[in-house]
Amino acid sequence: MVASVMSATEPKSARRRNWVKSVNAWLLLLPAMVLLATFTHYPIIATLYHSFFSLGRSGPAEFVGLENYRYMLDDDVFWQVLRNNFIFALATVPTSIALALLMAVWVDKKIVGRSFLRLAFFTPTVLPMIAVANIWLFFYTPDYGLLDQFLKSLGFAGHNWLGDPSTVMTCLAVMVVWKEAGFFMIFYLAALQSTPPELKEAASVEGASRWYFFRRVTFPLLMPTTLFISINALINSFKLVDQLVIMTKGGPNNASSLLLYYIYEVAFNFWDTTYAATLTVTLIAILAAVALTKFVYLDRRIHYQ
Amino acid sequence: MSEIIVNAVSKTWGGVGGVERISFKAEAGTLLVLLGPSGCGKSTTLRLIAGLEEVDSGMITIGGRDVTHLSPAERRISMVFQSYALFPHLNVAENIIFGLKVRGVGRAERDERLKKVADIVGLSHLLERKPSQLSGGQRQRVALGRAIIAEAAICLMDEPLSNLDAKLRHEMRTEIRSLQQRLGVTMVYVTHDQTEAMTMADRVILMRDGHIEQNGAPHELYSEPASDFTARFIGTPSMNIISWQDDAMLGVRPEHISLVERDGVPATVKAVEYLGADSIILCDVKGETVSVRQTGYCSLPAGTQVGLEWQNRHIHLFDRDSGKRLAGRVAA
Repeated sequence: MVASVMSATEPKSARRRNWVKSVNAWLLLLPAMVLLATFTHYPIIATLYHSFFSLGRSGPAEFVGLENYRYMLDDDVFWQVLRNNFIFALATVPTSIALALLMAVWVDKKIVGRSFLRLAFFTPTVLPMIAVANIWLFFYTPDYGLLDQFLKSLGFAGHNWLGDPSTVMTCLAVMVVWKEAGFFMIFYLAALQSTPPELKEAASVEGASRWYFFRRVTFPLLMPTTLFISINALINSFKLVDQLVIMTKGGPNNASSLLLYYIYEVAFNFWDTTYAATLTVTLIAILAAVALTKFVYLDRRIHYQ
Repeated sequence: MSEIIVNAVSKTWGGVGGVERISFKAEAGTLLVLLGPSGCGKSTTLRLIAGLEEVDSGMITIGGRDVTHLSPAERRISMVFQSYALFPHLNVAENIIFGLKVRGVGRAERDERLKKVADIVGLSHLLERKPSQLSGGQRQRVALGRAIIAEAAICLMDEPLSNLDAKLRHEMRTEIRSLQQRLGVTMVYVTHDQTEAMTMADRVILMRDGHIEQNGAPHELYSEPASDFTARFIGTPSMNIISWQDDAMLGVRPEHISLVERDGVPATVKAVEYLGADSIILCDVKGETVSVRQTGYCSLPAGTQVGLEWQNRHIHLFDRDSGKRLAGRVAA
């Protein structure tokens, strides 16, 4: 009531100015909104929508409710790739974080050849995953690959590293850790360098050992970085599947297949688009749960400067 | 009670900066101020005493114990940093008892000492806060609390008040001084603020370019400056130093000059700074500026011709080349 009375008494020119201002604002927002809506929001909603429909190869697509999801829960391959993905995440995320922290602490010190070391640690990051996968494919090649040549010189027998279901996941995890750790190191290094040096001096006056200081001061102060990195590493472990295309195609017998690669196979090899949509919704739900845990739970327990 | 003896200590970084063969002694239970402009080596000296820097040569003893090559912890000192160096992720209580925890002091004793120290520095109601939720003055108190809970006989302070506003600085100055006297600790206090030095210190060491310019009680530095540098550094406004004879400079403090109607040294008023209790009259004497302190308000307009007069017992003579005080000479 009051507002409408107010606006009625407002001079016309002022109202017009406001109108022009808000149109201007919306116009400025428009390009970003169009891009987001077309390539992010619409696809998400469309995917969700399609996951409730039949494929419609013979006749129109019909609403089938949760039928696709029921099928997914009965799909052994789905469970296997999901399990693979969690094992892969568990193997790569903590390892690459620990390695990144170790390297960052090392190259943060005043040592000879520090810049060279930093560069060396960072190099794998600038290589495209496809190139990395091809290099490591050569390492793992049976008999004449680098790894086998080395083992043979020590008198061991050759091994088909990527062809054996019991070794393939480890081989891929090692490669991904090698590729990712250097990238995460940069974040740790930046955080370490922004920690004021007086803290260390204050602690040393109090008699704190280097390990005590790291455990009680450095590490807690690095927690925001650790959280950021772990979320990124976790998301990467679900979304980086380039290496599978080059190295294993998910084989042998789906032993190295990951969720996203399975979605790709279902959608573009089997052309079962509705089931692919169902799997995609599941993947998004998992990643959303990860992000939510960060925002709701972990953020409150971490000190931000 | 521990005295600190610094004996012929040198420290340079590839010949740049640092200190050169400085020696002094801080008596047990007194407050020693290291004063000087930035880059004079006063912070370096403090860090050498703390063990945060290694000496190139010389010896440092604390309470008769040679600590020259001991780690900071082994020297049994406490220290307050200019930036306070509080641990941002720990609350006030945890910050204060950090050192006790490191040394494995039991929980009961920790709590008891925390309670006592929190009372002394007036932080009892803020123990759960993080440093980021505190004002500058409160952070300063946390740093102070962390230094005194150690109950070390030596407390080192590196420009602890420079991040506070003027009013708070004045308050904390009095508080730190009374705390030092109450606890009977030997304190070495670094500052570039001569007011802090004059008001707090038992003894002031004025430093310049890595060596000691003068070492004495505040009133000695004021009334008998050993060089023109000391004379200019101590006192606001600083001592007037004007060319006198061929080989000498004459110094006289603004409060010792009076304006006279006739005779006196002829001068022209350039400006008047009114400070409330008194006014500083800036005069031009043959191209050199001389300031005169006069009680109360002064309304002389710029350009007024005046005469300046002072008594002989108030003048200081310095050698023109070395800047050293010329003792036993009276101005002609």
